[in-house]
Formats: sequence, structure tokens, C-alpha cells
Amino acid sequence: MTYSFLQQYWWFLVSLLAGLFVFLTFVQGANSQIFSLGRNNAERSLIVNATGRKWEFTFTTLVTFGGAFFASFPLFYSTSFGGAYWVWMLILFSFILQAVAYEFQSKPGNVFGTDGYRRFLVLNGVFGPFLVGVAVGTFFNGAEFIVCRDSMISGASISSWASPWHGLEAVCNPWNQILGFAVLMLSRTLGALYLQNNINEEALQPRFRRAVLVNAALFLLSFLPFVAYLLTAQGWAVGNDGTVVVEDFKYLHNFLALPLVLALFLVGVVAVLYGLFVSIVRQKRCGIWFAGAGTVFTVLALFLVAGLNQTCYYPSLADTQSSLHLGNSSSSEFTLRAMTIVSALIPFVLAYIVWAWRSIDIPGLSRTELENSEHKY
Amino acid sequence: MNELLFLSRFQFALTACYHWLFVPLTLGLGIVMSVMETLYVRSGDDFWKRTAQFWQKLFGINFAVGVATGIILEFEFGTNWSNYSWFVGDIFGAPLAIEGILAFFMEATFIALMFFGWEKLSRRAHLASTWLTVLGATISAWWILVANSWMQHPVGMEFNPETVRNEMLDFFAVAFSPTAVIKFSHTVLSGWMTGAVFVIAVSCWYLLKGRNMDFAKRSIKVAAIVGLIGSLGCMGAGDASGVDIAKTQPMKLAAAEGLMEGSDAAPFSIVPGLEIPHMLSVLATHDFNGFVPGINDITDNGYTNQQGETVESGAQKIAKGKVALEAFSDYRRLRKSDPAAAQQALTEFNEHKSYFGYGYLSSAEDLVPNVPVVYWSFRLMIGLGSFVVLIFLLGLWLGYKQQLERFKPFHYAALLALPCVYIAGQCGWIVAEVGRQPWAIQGLLPVNAGVSSLSSGHVLATTCIFALIFTALLVAEIRIMLRAIREYQA
Repeated sequence: MTYSFLQQYWWFLVSLLAGLFVFLTFVQGANSQIFSLGRNNAERSLIVNATGRKWEFTFTTLVTFGGAFFASFPLFYSTSFGGAYWVWMLILFSFILQAVAYEFQSKPGNVFGTDGYRRFLVLNGVFGPFLVGVAVGTFFNGAEFIVCRDSMISGASISSWASPWHGLEAVCNPWNQILGFAVLMLSRTLGALYLQNNINEEALQPRFRRAVLVNAALFLLSFLPFVAYLLTAQGWAVGNDGTVVVEDFKYLHNFLALPLVLALFLVGVVAVLYGLFVSIVRQKRCGIWFAGAGTVFTVLALFLVAGLNQTCYYPSLADTQSSLHLGNSSSSEFTLRAMTIVSALIPFVLAYIVWAWRSIDIPGLSRTELENSEHKY
Repeated sequence: MNELLFLSRFQFALTACYHWLFVPLTLGLGIVMSVMETLYVRSGDDFWKRTAQFWQKLFGINFAVGVATGIILEFEFGTNWSNYSWFVGDIFGAPLAIEGILAFFMEATFIALMFFGWEKLSRRAHLASTWLTVLGATISAWWILVANSWMQHPVGMEFNPETVRNEMLDFFAVAFSPTAVIKFSHTVLSGWMTGAVFVIAVSCWYLLKGRNMDFAKRSIKVAAIVGLIGSLGCMGAGDASGVDIAKTQPMKLAAAEGLMEGSDAAPFSIVPGLEIPHMLSVLATHDFNGFVPGINDITDNGYTNQQGETVESGAQKIAKGKVALEAFSDYRRLRKSDPAAAQQALTEFNEHKSYFGYGYLSSAEDLVPNVPVVYWSFRLMIGLGSFVVLIFLLGLWLGYKQQLERFKPFHYAALLALPCVYIAGQCGWIVAEVGRQPWAIQGLLPVNAGVSSLSSGHVLATTCIFALIFTALLVAEIRIMLRAIREYQA
């Protein structure tokens, strides 16, 4: 295993975690619709309890994504988190509220009341995916930072942010906003698909289907223009000597240079569309599995074109040569190699997650089960 | 100290202190409830099932806030300490990633089975889920304490002048350093003490109220055994920690004792003016006449350590650190234009690179942490911790004599022990973290060179938001807990 292979392997793992995380934001997407899909307390309880059995997976994937990024590409962690400060902080605030909202909402003496905690879930459900989309948008649209390793000599920060807004300027970029909106709508679509699959209440099924239709339409209206923009956009390419140059149609070139990634992307998009078709037209409840797998493939492919084929995955708008790519921002070969050995345990982890998921989900959630459950939200 | 540095440290301290309110209860209560569920599975007695379920309910309430406060700490290394993240991210990031892959998913998966699986899993599968939840939390503690121990005693790495960072050379030296083993044992077992005191205090409240008597007495017996095992281990690890700190962080030990001048017969200060002769020498070196350096030895005079090595004064180290920084600056400036001169600068840098971090300090006084805070925190930790051990012993004795119900002073003392065990835990972390100052990583990187390039206004704003949210959550948690305890009918 060469150093370059290890860097790409860890970029793949980080990308896979990103794909899994976006899929798991069905929790946020469903929560953002608690009050629109649930018309009374019993229906809202069903929705909250359906997502409440999965929220820890989403949360844990986010934390592991952060940890894996830190361990494998510490310069990104240092530059983006310390620079685009407010985007990351706002994401964190929204997830803190979510973490307690489930356990506390139905408990007596909870200070903010059941609806108060459900509003926390809605806040997280709307702002979490949107801001994550904005943050990911900077992988393609660039960010305002300068990296200077020699700053360490004086004890100054190795990376500095060229905008006094510290990340809020990224929220104002229209293409970041569009990607943020697309991620939000995707999470809402996946959320409705998940509820359709997980809740055994016939009366709610038409509402879930309608939510899939509306959210999916808004998702496609935002995602397809973003893809068109991406395929025609400039990208930041790394030369063999490490010099960074701006290249026209860089992401289109990447797709063409990486046919497997292109295939992954197309399979992902088709799977998402098939999931929607199955749910809306054939009125089946298994759409989440196709759309979920498709989401993982699509996001994985987008991350791969952002970082592979000599591309800067975190372009600098303030200083082109400061842009981050796999070669200049990763951990040492030794660290990547050590962590690669640990990563052999990932299939085992995935296996027990699948087993646990099935154990909890069979049979799906119903009012009767909820009423008889000893632990409910 | 500049405003940004102060606020960044304050924010990290605030979030860490809040987090440590919830984690020890997760670790300790997890063990107690798992033991109770094991008793249920072995005996088939439904009493133990109901008892385990009640404690699991309180565990769940506490666990949620622990998760919420924990996510902040991981990301704060990037947001507020971005220089730190780059300078040592090659070593420090790996334990965090491994924690996520191995521990967080285990916790997240099996806690869901623990709560929702009572009717869906067999008894044994459910019991396994409960134990695996606690095991996940404990493995998580292992990796985060590996990371923290590395900050106290950095090993297994080397500075790379090309990348301007430290890089890992020996994974096992990092993951299984003696400092990590000791810190893990001391910290996790103090969590067992916290969980045990929590169960005993709640149970004593029932005894005082004359409610749930059988439930309370049997819970106390289980918790007192867990607490006593935790206490014995915690004390053993504490003793080992004293020896380890004497070797690796002598300034922290000197500050914890308020020891200005070193001595071969160093006394242990109980409180100012009351000392036990030779005791500090015994604790720090396991030798009646072992030399323990004082603050002045470390900053100004230098000394000869237990291994017979000469340790330079802080002032000398700072001077050499400045030379290292200067040589490194020359190397970076000349490496492309004048390779020969750059090589000469690199050679000089390599001679002094172990002092690199000292170059960021202005004077030897900078090496001294806040002595009164460390000194009194240490005493509070030991004093309150000892009181808690007495509660376990008394609980076991009264349980053995079947006097738990009647001996009211024990009930009040147990209620008092609850805040005491939390204060002791917080003080332990204050000794560890304030005692390490001015270093973010001992001897390698001072906090002033690790902080992000932010304006203090941004950090102040997020600190206020954290303080507001965490305080609101703490109030909500305490109210929910109290209500759940008040309403429980065994």
C-alpha cells in the first residue's frame, strides 16, 4: 500500500461516511415534518418514536465522520472548523438540541413541554441538513482561507480566514444555498419514505406518499440544476509539482476520467428515482431502501469527484495555492496505515448495526405497539 | 493572557466540566444496572427486572445530555484549537476516529436494543445488549483518555520539519502508554464510584421517606459492592498516577502540593501548616527519601531527578527553545534558496528540538500553573473521595447487619455524598488540566500557540450560547430525574 493509495482509501472512507450520514438524515427530514404530517398527538408520537429508534445512528455517524476527517486529513479539520466557525457551530447547536429532545419530551417535569422539545427536533430537522449541505457546497465552490505552515514559527495560526464572517459568507453563496436546500429536501423525502416503511398505520400512508411527492419534486428542482452547474463549473486541479491551477470543467473531466465513479453516480441517481417511483406510483412501502442506497452511492460519488483525480477537495478562494488536496492535507503514512488496520473492523460494525436495526424494526411501529412499549418518547 | 486565549480555554473548560457531570454517571450506573439485570437473568426474579428497568430509565435521561455535551468537545479541537489540530492531529486524531468506529456505534446500537428490545429479544440477548452498551461507553472512555493522556505525556511521535507537525511513529506507545492505562483506570473507576453513590443516595431518600424499602435496601447492597470495588481500584490507580506524574509532570505535582522548594524528605501537605513528614516522597517515588522537586527547582534552579539525570531549569529550557525556533525559522527560509545553510540550520534545530515548545514562552514564571486552584482541588478530590469510600463501607456493614433501614445518619450522609462525589470528580479534572498549564501538550505545545485565529467576540458569543443551552439542559435533566425518582413505585 503506497502513501497515495492510503490517502485515497481514507478519502473513500470519509466519503462513504458522508454518504451514510446523508442517508441517515431521514431522521432530520422526518422530524422537520412532525407537525405537518402528524395532525394530533398520537400521530406525532408515532413519528417521533419511529425516528427515535434511529437517531443515534445519525448522530454517531456525524461524530465518526468528524473523527475520521480529523485523523485522516487534519489540515482540513484545522482549517475548516477553525475558519468556517459559525457554520460548524450552528450545525453543532442544532444537533445538541436534538440529542436531548427525544429522551426528555415525554418525561414529566421536562421544563420546555412536549411540543417545546418537538420544536427542537424541527429546528434540527431544518437547519441541520441545510447547513450540512452548505458546508459540503464549499468543497466545490471554495472557501476563504489561507494556509501558511511557517506561521507556527511565531505561534500564529497555521490557517487564517480571509472573511470576518467566519463561515457565514458561505451561507450567502447561492450555489451553496441550492445544495443546502437540495440536501434538506432530500432528507425530507427520505424521512417521508422511512415513515411510510416504518409506521403500520394505513390512515397515515397517503400523507406520507404526498410528502414524498412534494419534497422529491423540490429536491429534483434544486439538485438537477446543481449537477448541471457542477458539470460546467471550474475546479481546482493539482499539478504533478503540487501547483494548484483552476481548470474549466474539472468535475466533468473527473467523471469522465473515473468511469467507476460515474457509474456509481448514475446508479445512485437511478436508485433514488426508482425508490420514488416505487413509493409514489406503485404505492409500495419499500422505497426507502432504493432511495437510501441511491443516496449513499450518489453522495459517495460526489465526494469522490471532489477529491480524486488530482483535485482540490477544499479550494481556497483567498489564495489558490493554499487549497487543500489529498496530498497536502492528510496524516502521515504511518498514521493512515495504522488506522487502515483498524478499519478492517468496519464490516463487523456494519453487521451488528444491520442485525440490531432488523431486531428493532420487525414488525414495524403501530399505535398498539407504542401503547404497550415500556420505553417510548 | 490575551482575551481570545482566555475565552477559548474557558469555553473548553466549561464544556468539559458539563460533559463530566454526565459521563461518570453513565459509566457507573451502567455497571450497577447491568449487574441487576444479570441477577434477573440468573435468578428469574422479576424484582430485579423492574429494578434494572428503573435504573435504566434514569441512565437514559442522563445518557442523552452526555451525548449532547460530548459532541462539542470533539469539534472544539478544530473550531477553537485549530493550530493544535494541525500540530498534533496526526497522533491525536487517530484515537478519536477509533473511538467513533469501535465505541460510539457499539453504544448507539446496543442502547437502542436495551431500551426497545425488552419484548423483542430473548433475556440473554437483552442482557448482552445492556452489557455491550456499558462496554461501548467504557471503550469510548478508553480512547478519549488515550488522547488526553497523550496530552499529559506525549510519546511515540517525532516532529517533522517538512510538514511542521508531529507525526506518529509508534501506535502502541500512544494507545497503551502507562499514563493512559493509569488515567483510564482512575477515571473510569471514579465513574463507578459516582454511579454507586447515585444509587445509594436515591435509595436512602426512599428509606427516609419510608417508600420502596425492599427495592432501596437491595439496590444499596449492589451499589455498595460496585462502589467499593471502584474505590479500591481508583485508589490504586491514584497511587500509580502520583508516581507517573512525578516523573512526567513534576510541575503539576509541585503545584498540587504547593511545594516551592524540593526535598529528599518531602512532606505531604494536608492543609497549609499541617504536614506529614516524608509522605510526599513516599507517594511520588515509593521511597522514604525520594527527591521531589519544588516549583523553584523546576523554574530557576534545575535539579537531579530520581533516575540521577540532571534536569535543566525552565529558564534554560526556554532559552534553548528560542534557539530551536530561530534555527527552524532559518531552515524554512533557506531550504529552497540555500540548501547548505538550511542543512546547517536543521542540524542546530535537531540539537534543540526537544525544547521547541518552550520557545513560545516568555519567562520561567509562565511554566507555573495556578497553584491555589490546583492545590485546593487536589485536597477536595481526596477528602471528598475518602468520605464517599466511608459511605460504601458503612453501607455494606449496615447491609450485612440488616440495619440499613434503621440507621438514619447513614441516609443523610449518603444524600450528602452525592454532591461530594461530583465535586470530587470535577476537582480531579481541574488538577489534571489546570495542573498541565501552560501546556496544551506537556512540553510540546503551550496553549497560546495552539489556539485558532478568531476574534474573541466570536468565541464569547458561542461560549454564552453553550452556557445557556447546557444550563437549560442541566435544569431540565435534574427536574426530570427528581420527578422520575419521586413518582417511582417499586
